[in-house]
Amino acid sequence: MNRFKAFIVRWVFSTNHKDIGTLYMWFSLVMFLTGGVLALLFRMELFQPGLQFMQPDFFNQLITMHGLIMVFGAVMPAFTGLANWMLPMMIGAPDMAMPRMNNLSFWILPCAFGILISTFFLSGPAPNFGWTFYAPLSTTYGPESTDFFIFAVHLMGISSIMGAINVIVTVLNLRAPGMTLMKMPLFCWTWLITAFLLIAVMPVLAGAVTMMLTDRHFGTSFFNAAGGGDPLLFQHVFWFFGHPEVYIMILPAFGVVSHIIPTFSRKKLFGYEFMVFATLAIALLSFIVWAHHMFVSGLPLTGALFFMYATMLISVPTGIKVFNWVATMYKGSLSFETPMLFSIAFVFLFTFGGFSGLMLSMAPADYQYHDSYFVVAHFHYVLVPGAIFSLFAAVYFWLPKWCGNMYNERLGQWHFWLSAIFVNITFFPMHFLGLAGMPRRIPDYALQFTDFNMLATFGALFFGLTQLIFVYNIIVTIRRGKKATSQVWESAEGLEWTVPSPAPYHTFDIPPVIK
Amino acid sequence: MDKQKRIRRMVFTIALVSVLMFGFGFALVPLYDAFCKVTGLNGKTSNEASLVSKGGVDETRMITVQFVTSVNESMPWVFKAKIFQIQLHPGEMKRVDFYAKNISDHIMTAQAVPSVTPGQAAVYLKKTECFCFTQQTLKPGESIDMPVIFHIDRDLPKDIHTITLSYTMFDTASIGVNKTDVVKGGLA
Repeated sequence: MNRFKAFIVRWVFSTNHKDIGTLYMWFSLVMFLTGGVLALLFRMELFQPGLQFMQPDFFNQLITMHGLIMVFGAVMPAFTGLANWMLPMMIGAPDMAMPRMNNLSFWILPCAFGILISTFFLSGPAPNFGWTFYAPLSTTYGPESTDFFIFAVHLMGISSIMGAINVIVTVLNLRAPGMTLMKMPLFCWTWLITAFLLIAVMPVLAGAVTMMLTDRHFGTSFFNAAGGGDPLLFQHVFWFFGHPEVYIMILPAFGVVSHIIPTFSRKKLFGYEFMVFATLAIALLSFIVWAHHMFVSGLPLTGALFFMYATMLISVPTGIKVFNWVATMYKGSLSFETPMLFSIAFVFLFTFGGFSGLMLSMAPADYQYHDSYFVVAHFHYVLVPGAIFSLFAAVYFWLPKWCGNMYNERLGQWHFWLSAIFVNITFFPMHFLGLAGMPRRIPDYALQFTDFNMLATFGALFFGLTQLIFVYNIIVTIRRGKKATSQVWESAEGLEWTVPSPAPYHTFDIPPVIK
Repeated sequence: MDKQKRIRRMVFTIALVSVLMFGFGFALVPLYDAFCKVTGLNGKTSNEASLVSKGGVDETRMITVQFVTSVNESMPWVFKAKIFQIQLHPGEMKRVDFYAKNISDHIMTAQAVPSVTPGQAAVYLKKTECFCFTQQTLKPGESIDMPVIFHIDRDLPKDIHTITLSYTMFDTASIGVNKTDVVKGGLA
């Protein structure tokens, strides 16, 4: 009993940034596996045409929850966890600026996802309108559990906003003396900009679900044409949030990779200033491109042209980043430990996903690709070998610093190669399916799509099983394993490597001096 | 101590910004309406009666106007245009009658929502009178003839030759609030 109490006091009441970072990381790992199991369930249904295992309505519930859990439960909290662990150590601060708010912003999350996932076990269908919850699917036709969904999204929004406030205030106020903004490690920069994006768009998402709530219960007609509203308005409000949201999920990944590639290339990052300003440019552009998700909704010609060119423009700062990473590796003394492998795969496959994004950005071409598996292939390429691979890389890179033990390199390599192979077997065929005309979000499909769907399901199953190696490797590393030095990696640079491994509970109580 | 104060001020500022952005989410609603009105995005027509046409009739051009009607979600009404298309010159006033009948066994109130294709033409279609300005209440089995009086503005872009005016009839019970007391025309 006393041990239980001690456990609660240690974890639930903790305001230590390292504890909260750890909680965020474990939470997102659990959500990643949950979302993955949901994906495997509907991939199982998609193995063959026809309905084998489930009714279409349940299929829709699975894809909706998969999307929501992966976006809001896995990727975003994982990056917030990384920010909690690493930001104070990178800038030489003793903790985050608002430790109590930090505790609250984490503990809201399990409540939000408890509410959301509980809808599976209540009577009536769980949310079944896709993670984009377009009106009127989610208003007029939404199941009763939609209200649970709405409050869960409110809670997630509050949690993200509090996390973002913490990041901004920490980075702007608690830097060690001598660390100017332009001396700051890149992960801090990308997170600072991400935090501003969160502040700007999470409240808009909260507004959108609030309008849904009042449309459903209080007689307003924001999205109902019968009452003078407009269902298309929902899409504008949603994507005003939704497009910056995709950069919220990828900018911190850019930061992670910008630490790992220089370390294992034994060179300085090429073009630091350009990296900073490219990040800024991407963030600003993300606000004026939202309607490229809506090319087929009947935009006026000038509108379609504007959003098309603005979208293509994003490839310029993104290209600067990719070229800088490649230039960092150029003539470096490369070594290929697991974090580096995941980072190189990130650069390669994220760029690939970016190219299919460029194809989608062309309004006339988008008429063919829209709502097809091509779109599914595109955003899984930027999110799985993009955001998720960068998270794997980050965990392998900083885990020795977190727990003081070196992970098993051989298992790490297995994890990388199997992930890299099966992620492509899963998502690459989806390009062909989309180009051949298979719509997304359908439980049943025409016969000619069978082969590629079987291949994708096969890949998904083994991609999922491969992640068990990752989980096993983490647990074994924490329990035992070769002790890590404080430097960990030969040429790693930054304040976090100056403290012992594992990092003591309190670091930088006296700020270090930066020359 | 001074630093603590600065941090607190910064937290409040950012929190205020997020509250403002929450408000901005709602401000998108009127912004969107204004934007649609200016550009004709989404084929939205004005919900107010316009004046009779000014500047006379432009007899050099002939515009075809087509009428499309539909009821939302298998609503038990018959709803048709009495004529499917007409031709008129820009500036010329025309009257077209629509027919609606309640074939259910209870009193129903409906709201017709117009939409114009192509969207750029929406602002040039001027309605002097339209049944869509009000709601219609019909008893079981009752029918009604409803007029639309309109003209096409002379400034209509030269490349537009055909305009489609579509009406969708919505059951007002579907929006939860039955506003029969504010019905201006009809039987309320």
